[in-house]
Amino acid sequence: MSKREKQAIGQQILAAFRAAGAEEVAPDLLLPAETLLDLYGEDIRARAYVTQDPIRGEMMLRPDFTVPVVQMHMASGAEPARYCYLGEVFRKQDHGETRPEHPRDNEYLQAGFELFARDPDADAEVFALFHHILAPLKLRATMGDMDLLMDAVRALPLSGARRAALLHHIWRPRRFARLLGRFAAPAEARGFPETAAPWTGLRSPAEMQARIDRLRADAAEAPLPSQWVARLERLFSIQAPAPEALRQLRALASEIPDIAEAVDRLERNLAALSARGVDVGAVHFDASHGRHTMEYYDGMTFSFAAAGREDWPPVASGGRYDALAAVLGQAQGRSIPAVGGIIRPGLVCELGGQILGKAA
Amino acid sequence: MIRLGVPSKGRLMEQTFDWFAARGVRLSRSGSDREYAGRVDGAENVALVLLSAGEIPRELMAGRIHLGVTGTDLIREKLPGWRSHVEELAPMGFGHADLILAVPACWSDCDSLDDFATIARDFRAEHGFRLRIATKYHRLVRAWLSAQEVADYQLVDSQGATEGTVANLTAEAIADITSSGETLRANHLKIIGEEPILRSQATLLRSLAAGDEAELRDFAARLGL
Repeated sequence: MSKREKQAIGQQILAAFRAAGAEEVAPDLLLPAETLLDLYGEDIRARAYVTQDPIRGEMMLRPDFTVPVVQMHMASGAEPARYCYLGEVFRKQDHGETRPEHPRDNEYLQAGFELFARDPDADAEVFALFHHILAPLKLRATMGDMDLLMDAVRALPLSGARRAALLHHIWRPRRFARLLGRFAAPAEARGFPETAAPWTGLRSPAEMQARIDRLRADAAEAPLPSQWVARLERLFSIQAPAPEALRQLRALASEIPDIAEAVDRLERNLAALSARGVDVGAVHFDASHGRHTMEYYDGMTFSFAAAGREDWPPVASGGRYDALAAVLGQAQGRSIPAVGGIIRPGLVCELGGQILGKAA
Repeated sequence: MIRLGVPSKGRLMEQTFDWFAARGVRLSRSGSDREYAGRVDGAENVALVLLSAGEIPRELMAGRIHLGVTGTDLIREKLPGWRSHVEELAPMGFGHADLILAVPACWSDCDSLDDFATIARDFRAEHGFRLRIATKYHRLVRAWLSAQEVADYQLVDSQGATEGTVANLTAEAIADITSSGETLRANHLKIIGEEPILRSQATLLRSLAAGDEAELRDFAARLGL
């Protein structure tokens, strides 16, 4: 597939996004590294090309569009707003111990759509738009909901410190499981031996004392009853066609009442999708879907994957990222819920390039 | 002609010479101490190439040397996908060093990586930036922390005197190679975690790109490998 063909597919997708009311934007290719590093952490340094500018400092070749589009909206956008874009993103691949036989492209096109709106229908609008454009490719659509998981964690009968720790690590499954296991077992008192070592480094004695106080208080915590661990595990492992998943979630909500609101929201969301012509019976719901994606999604997440191409990344993916939008809006004192996603025109092209140019 | 790359100075060179001598192959620097040329006695068709230990991974990958002696740490740090480029023929039993994560010894609440992960999270909330780990082993440290699901940190580059960065307030922790741990103690740092990030030692490696396998097999047999 030539770049020209991929670009042409990208333009068709962009036309569909414009037809859905989006304004086309063109963020810079070179982005200040600091914001991206602070948001994404070291993982992004392993994947993004970092370069040095004598005046602007450390810069990154655009690893994705979300951050610059959100920043642009926060600086000047009216509400509600819909944006679309098409352009290259750049990703390094750090091969572990063995070099792959077919390394992935290090630069590829993304066509994206971002919606900033307080409208509760925004999730359905974005999902239905992607679903519609990609319909001829017969991809496997998967949906998740981080909100549901986070509400369930918040509902656990735990101290604030324990809850905060679990919420913080919800995207790191093994660390999360280990914490949960520890909270479910009787707390062990722990000693903090005085050391003769002189104080060194920026972390202060007061910071250490605060943590020690927290750990001492934690030692008095009662273990989390095992039925709560079981409920959480049941919730996290729900994987079924969306209507069936909804039934299972409904049943679970009788045991975890705090997720009822998120389940209602999912039900409305699925109804809104049906009304927009999406066959929700063919949408796969995976409760933990968002735990394996970028850390910034905190509501609905989705991906569209090609059957029989397990080694491919998803053809399209996206989700809700209210917290990220809030962090990036801080400087302007703005905050608005945001949901969006991207399609990879290169993969669409390899699948034959059949898409629907006009949104319903 | 087999080209054998060996570190050009210091204990690593001497111990490499001893290792080969014990197997009947005498390596030596020809001429003066300042000349980076070498000679080989006791094996036909082998040329000695004296190189900086840090360049040996690159030379092996390019196939410009057939065999090379360097530390496991350098191979794994400098050659992404190293198994596709080199074969480890023999661990040589010297140059032992561990790549470790160390924090201030005064942190009496930090014994494990779980403690470290929590401290990193608290630090970020308190200071508004990610806890800094000074290192020159960026790839190894990042991959290890990612596998252990530690977030909330950042790596800062340090090519030397890494143990001093904590006292200088340019890092909160360090990841570096240590053999005895003396420099760490002198800088009031302690190692956390039971297992190091990597156990390294001098290793004889074969370049997969250099070819000449029949000749190499003869030489390896001669070394008793």
